[in-house]
Amino acid sequence: MSSYSVTEPSPRQKWVAGILVVGYALITILPLVWIIATSFKTPSDAIAYPPKTFFTPTVEGYVNVFTTRTRLSTEQLQALGEPTTWYDKLVRKDGLVISGPSRFAERFTNSVIIGFGSTVLCIVLGTAAAYAFSRFKVPLKDDLLFFILSTRMMPPIAVAIPIFLMFRSLGLSDTHAGMILLYTAVNLSLSVWLLKGFIDEIPVEYEEAALIDGYTRFQAFYKVVLPQAATGIASTAIFCLIFAWNEYAFAVLLTSGNAQTAPPFIPTIIGVSGQDWPAVAAGATLFLVPVMVFTILLRKHLLRGITFGAVRK
Amino acid sequence: MLKSSVDRIAEATPHAIARRMHGLSDRALAWLFVAPSIVLLLAVNIFPLIWTIRLSFTNFRVNRPNAEVDFVGLKNYASILSDRDIWLTMQATAHFLIWTIVLQVLIGFSLAYLINKKFRGNDLWTTIIVLPMMLSPAVVGNFWTFLYQPQIGLFNYAVGFLTGADPSSFSMIGDVKLAPWAIIIVDTWMWTPFVMLICLAGLRSIPGSIYEAAECDRASKWRQFWTITIPLVLPFLMLAVLFRGIENFKMFDLVVQLTGGGPGSITELTSINLKREAFEKWRTGYASAYAVILFVTVFGLASIYVKALNKVKQR
Repeated sequence: MSSYSVTEPSPRQKWVAGILVVGYALITILPLVWIIATSFKTPSDAIAYPPKTFFTPTVEGYVNVFTTRTRLSTEQLQALGEPTTWYDKLVRKDGLVISGPSRFAERFTNSVIIGFGSTVLCIVLGTAAAYAFSRFKVPLKDDLLFFILSTRMMPPIAVAIPIFLMFRSLGLSDTHAGMILLYTAVNLSLSVWLLKGFIDEIPVEYEEAALIDGYTRFQAFYKVVLPQAATGIASTAIFCLIFAWNEYAFAVLLTSGNAQTAPPFIPTIIGVSGQDWPAVAAGATLFLVPVMVFTILLRKHLLRGITFGAVRK
Repeated sequence: MLKSSVDRIAEATPHAIARRMHGLSDRALAWLFVAPSIVLLLAVNIFPLIWTIRLSFTNFRVNRPNAEVDFVGLKNYASILSDRDIWLTMQATAHFLIWTIVLQVLIGFSLAYLINKKFRGNDLWTTIIVLPMMLSPAVVGNFWTFLYQPQIGLFNYAVGFLTGADPSSFSMIGDVKLAPWAIIIVDTWMWTPFVMLICLAGLRSIPGSIYEAAECDRASKWRQFWTITIPLVLPFLMLAVLFRGIENFKMFDLVVQLTGGGPGSITELTSINLKREAFEKWRTGYASAYAVILFVTVFGLASIYVKALNKVKQR
């Protein structure tokens, strides 16, 4: 082949394309940078006009998101004596004392429990179903696969009414178990479709060889297919985790005191006087940064995940 | 003789499991593997759906469990379809749906086209552009209300800086004219990367030899774009539109956090309206009929669309 190809863009085209894309990327990333920056601002810096780009960073927002505080008079503060910890010192200069922990840590833990619980369940059920759909003659296979996909089309609010009633009569409302089950069902379509795609790509010959060696079908699945599908299973798991992590509609309708996750909670964070934006931003940062890291790890499989395996690179 | 690793693994399998699984035929195993998923989906999706349909013919109210439940026939459906407010929320949804899709297709395709020029570092920038898409819409939507604040908000400041308008003179989420655009802007910011990724896959699937052949035939770049690039990317683009269409028809979390349906009910999309009927006014039977109508609409539109998509694919 010659070094010249008509499909290769000219250096000038590359420059123009690069500048436009980088420009878009910088604008689109700005709100996320702003969330992280705001989380390190003082409340007055956060609402300054014009918006402050350079500021003295403080972890006040992070202290505020984990605690509740009360305002005391100068005499009361003096009566308390010197603050003992660094975070006490931090809120004391605004005339406040820490009165206790906030519910943020609890909500965050709920998100972790429900996210991981539903992901594990989703992967176990999804891998089994995907393997069967990929390798066996399941009656009505196409109809079942379409049925599984179609469950995704339902607006969450539309099924929320009977689920609400059902959970209430089963004692599952506002429990971790109920939410894990619900999120598993929500993500199962994704997990089955994605995993079927990954398993389809593993040559059948490996299993056939194992079967000839005297393996049972189950052993062939367990010892031959599963290790081969490990990357696919891992990326599917991350997708399920992210979707469960981000879910809001069911969480806001079906949980309140006990099993509420972080997404319905973070917007309700308020300070002593009105919405405390650095605290909201601190909560949001802690909640969003893990997903950003996962997205970067997932980048090779991203397209597949978001299209349910319909588009593969 | 050397033992293969496969043999060693086989020996390591606990006998109990091996024996129990040994007797299973492929057919039994297939059912054993598929059944749990199907059962769970039936319990959490189909059973509630049937329940919703049943409730939609009654005047049941969750907050009055002891009141008598009457069968009202199609009354709920009739009153929904003749309700002017519901048609207004449908209109708001259509406005949101059409503009987000138009903007996301235009920007997403352009970005994909530019990224496909394979400039240095395009992978890194693609990953950065993709980030907003994976984040929690509720949490991000909530933070956008801060960016949209008159005067102190970054968005208003940026608009003021670029156009010379006073940043405190307009409120994106408080103004009846601007609020519908406020939700379109955030949704476009969030989901353009989705369309971009799919278009990029489409562009990368076109073999270079087609362009070389066109070049030999002295087809202009412009002509190549319209007769090669666009038709070959179209199935991908249509798939992206299908996904975005279904997702935005169901749109709830982002808009609830951004505007809560306000000001007034100007950005009250159908899902938000449905939530109000079901979980604030507690008109369970009525809301169930509403839910059925929405589901039939999205399912019907999606089926027609998939037929069209298959036709384009076959061409």
